Amino acid sequence: MKRTLTPIAALLAAALASPVALAQKKYDQGASDKEILIGHINPYSGPASAYGTIGRAIAAYFKKVNDEGGVNGRQINMISYDDGYSPPKTVEMARKLVEQDKVLLIFQPLGTPPNSAIHKYMNAKKVPQLFVATGATKWNDPKHFPWTMGWQPNYQTEAQIYAQHILKTKPNAKIAVLYQNDDYGKDYLEGFLKGLGPKAKTMIVKQVSYEVTDPTVDSQVAQLQASGADTFFNITTPKFAAQAIRKAWDSGWKPVHYLNNVSGSIGSTLKPAGLDKSVGLITTQYIKDQNDKEWANDPAVVEWTAFMKKYYPDGNLIATENFYGWCVAQTMVQVIKQAGNDLTRANIMKQAASLKNFAPSCMLPGIKINTSAGDFAPIESVQLARFDGKEWVRFGEIIGK
Amino acid sequence: MDALLHQVLAGLATGGIYASVALALVMIYQATHLVNFAQGELAMFSTYIAWTLIEAGMPYWGAFFLTVGFSFVFGVVVERVIIRPVENAPVLSVVVVFIALLVILNSVTGWIYTYTIKTFPSPFPEQPLFGNKYMSSHEIGAICVTLVVLFLLYAFFRFTPLGLAMRAAAQNPESSRLVGIRVGWMLALGWGLAAAIGSVAGMMVAPIVFLDPNMMGGVLLYAFAAALIGGIDNPAGAVFGGFLVGVLENVLGAFVIGNELKLAVALVLIIGVLTVRPSGFFGKVHVTRV
Amino acid sequence: MSNRNLLVIAIALLAAGALPFFVSEYRTFQFTLVLIYSIALLGLNILTGFNGQISLGHGAFYAIGAYVAAILMDKAGFPYWATIPISGAVCLVAGFLFGLPALRLEGLYLALATFALGVSLPPLLKYHHLEQWTGGVQGIVITKPDAPEFLGELGLALNQDQWLYFFTLGVTVVMFVLGWNLLRGRIGRAMMAIRDNHIAAEAMGVDNAMVKSVTFGISAMFTGIAGALGAIAVQFVAPDSFNIFLSITFLIGIVIGGLASISGAIYGALFIQFVPNIADEISKAAPWAIFGLFLLAFIYVMPMGVAGAIRLGLARLTRKAHNSQPEKPLSGYPSTEEEIP
Repeated sequence: MKRTLTPIAALLAAALASPVALAQKKYDQGASDKEILIGHINPYSGPASAYGTIGRAIAAYFKKVNDEGGVNGRQINMISYDDGYSPPKTVEMARKLVEQDKVLLIFQPLGTPPNSAIHKYMNAKKVPQLFVATGATKWNDPKHFPWTMGWQPNYQTEAQIYAQHILKTKPNAKIAVLYQNDDYGKDYLEGFLKGLGPKAKTMIVKQVSYEVTDPTVDSQVAQLQASGADTFFNITTPKFAAQAIRKAWDSGWKPVHYLNNVSGSIGSTLKPAGLDKSVGLITTQYIKDQNDKEWANDPAVVEWTAFMKKYYPDGNLIATENFYGWCVAQTMVQVIKQAGNDLTRANIMKQAASLKNFAPSCMLPGIKINTSAGDFAPIESVQLARFDGKEWVRFGEIIGK
Repeated sequence: MDALLHQVLAGLATGGIYASVALALVMIYQATHLVNFAQGELAMFSTYIAWTLIEAGMPYWGAFFLTVGFSFVFGVVVERVIIRPVENAPVLSVVVVFIALLVILNSVTGWIYTYTIKTFPSPFPEQPLFGNKYMSSHEIGAICVTLVVLFLLYAFFRFTPLGLAMRAAAQNPESSRLVGIRVGWMLALGWGLAAAIGSVAGMMVAPIVFLDPNMMGGVLLYAFAAALIGGIDNPAGAVFGGFLVGVLENVLGAFVIGNELKLAVALVLIIGVLTVRPSGFFGKVHVTRV
Repeated sequence: MSNRNLLVIAIALLAAGALPFFVSEYRTFQFTLVLIYSIALLGLNILTGFNGQISLGHGAFYAIGAYVAAILMDKAGFPYWATIPISGAVCLVAGFLFGLPALRLEGLYLALATFALGVSLPPLLKYHHLEQWTGGVQGIVITKPDAPEFLGELGLALNQDQWLYFFTLGVTVVMFVLGWNLLRGRIGRAMMAIRDNHIAAEAMGVDNAMVKSVTFGISAMFTGIAGALGAIAVQFVAPDSFNIFLSITFLIGIVIGGLASISGAIYGALFIQFVPNIADEISKAAPWAIFGLFLLAFIYVMPMGVAGAIRLGLARLTRKAHNSQPEKPLSGYPSTEEEIP
């Protein structure tokens, strides 16, 4: 709009213009009157291909949104590429999205190494790297990396919560830790050690790691049992978590068992391990577990199930990744809604950093998404829950902001 | 002491897994003089077939034998359709075909069945034998099944004319043709048998590690090492190798070097043995004449 | 080298030189990766195609080269160009040291040993005692180099991607000339002699042990230099970038490109860089399966690799021209007297 227009004329022009364009339309590349181009990178092949279903769930959700008219009259077109969980490939795909496909932003790239690889590039190019699919702590650093934002509660915070709980309920515990030997496992471990503080050295009697390529973790669990520990912090992905739960039971080891949220799904982990063997497990939660009987008739789960059946019929209804994808996609849509007609990258980041008590139905009751200019961690509150053989029973207060 | 015993027994249990896959590798090697890198994925795929049958209501043993039969046929088909066209190509080209088979099977299974882990039933009782806390009944049962398969395989190669024909076809195809052995069908048969053995391995492994498309990925390296250290042409050696690798890995990880480097150290040891005894513990020493 | 070959190479170099000025920065980056992979594949081909020693673990040397470059740049402030020869030297020694005990192993056993190397390196990189050097699971982030100032003064302003492309192109040309010279000379002939008949070679006076170990070292050096360039191009190294599938991908690259062929390294590099992307475009549900189908198609149609198919095709064409020529034997590799295309 020409600044030479006098204020009255400008007012007249605004009144005569379409209602939607009351605010000035501003676009960066990837946005237009008709569409918003969103980039996305996921491991559809390779060792982490299990997580590729998140990308497909997100794509399905955007299709649903488009079918219902889009956001502010614009269709969301997502371009998703496979990086095979290989950082060099992630760099290549990010560059393709930004420089060739000219997307507005990149949404939910998955994994800490892939995101680390493009961290500097995205911030140098000033392209939003939004709601990354990893719980690493370093995505909440608006001062140095103002274009990157996480979404889920970070691993260190979760581990600290378990540590606090142990210090409170069992200050003389002998703790054993099993962790996956990669960034995810080590991040949890670091948070746990931080949470225990100076008592970490005396309380942790054994900590062992495993590789994703190990067939089983039976040997590791046996080592932990042999240490005489009575408390177990289990930092494993679903398959290994199920093995560990079952092996502990079979070996007659019954520690106080803390399980990381990543493997908290009843359908993906506890059922295979054996519901009876999982009684007493403690975890933290922030979104609903769609396999939990408590939510069987919950509107969110009902809505999600219908959505899956219509838009992603191939998708597994047990996989929590598909519920997660649905949830995080709604956050993205909220940001776009809030941006209105100012679809510049700067405004996208501004709106992402202005989420106030946003609580889509997939979140647990009481848990809300909040961001601000200095707080790039959307979900920071969780609640502890204990498994009673049938459901996760939440206890205590909601911890965190 | 208790801890050591536990690790050794756990090592025998995982060793049983390696042994059963190593058997399939030895089988395919004896028939074709090639190591099939897709063996693990074939086994995994067969196990999913079994799972589908069981989910549809078929009783365990029915599904078991039907799957073994299906795997045999599948192996033959793979040899005829996929491997046959490249039989005259350089060895490494065939290896790439194996790799292609591996990624195709892995990816397609993941697509059809998704990556959520599934439980696979065991024919053995839930209660551990004698109430022991070290090995489940299934793990002991799986070892027994592996030994039975080993025995059948040994008997087949040693005492049946067909087994003899297969060995001849692999060792010396030209001469075998001269005495009337249909070498092409021997290869296909070898593949079928290897696939069948692999399916048994898969169905024994799945209850322990849970069924998912990446179930066999880590196992293949250990099975390969096990097969070599036992002597690549000796089925009994492969089984011995499997147990050795399982126990070695566990003991190293728990007591010697820690879990982070146990794989590297176990492999270094194995390769060390192979440099001293290149044919493995029980393999035949090959003398090449100039 | 025949005039025809020289002409082809000259045209290729011209095209390569002009490329960055006609395509986007992103494409330039992709082609930089192609050049890097071609150096790595040439290294592997020297070992496997020309010397007959299989390696399923060359990703490890790529990783060592990458980490040496990253650590030197990040922790010791070395300029990027200085890390290339150092990475090469480190990998030369590492390869030689690995080759020494490995000489006793053949075929399957060597395959296992190299497979073990490829599988063991990522855990080693993650090992907590080495974390302060390697950055552990978090890896190391590197800054991308800028074009040198003197070019700007000459009026030839290049952006980072273009500069990196030309730098890589320069290194690639040097490495390929080095490789070609090596294979043409005494050592090259000794390598191929060992591959074709090692007993006869020994009988003819070739020191098998020394040649094989040196070949391993040289091969590792090539791949290590590629790794260093890769680290600089991607600006990031982490253990996850160098898992066993990288080694398998290199093997696929030399087979598809053509064993025992220098040009094969380039065809192979193009394949491993672009075909996964194509597979991804075709299917999100099972991209690996599509990649597998591509592999099968290439092997069925061109079992000797792209270079092999070209060689056969040209042989057929020239045979049509000279009908009296006897048909060349369809062996897997060029024999020692033939031109190495």
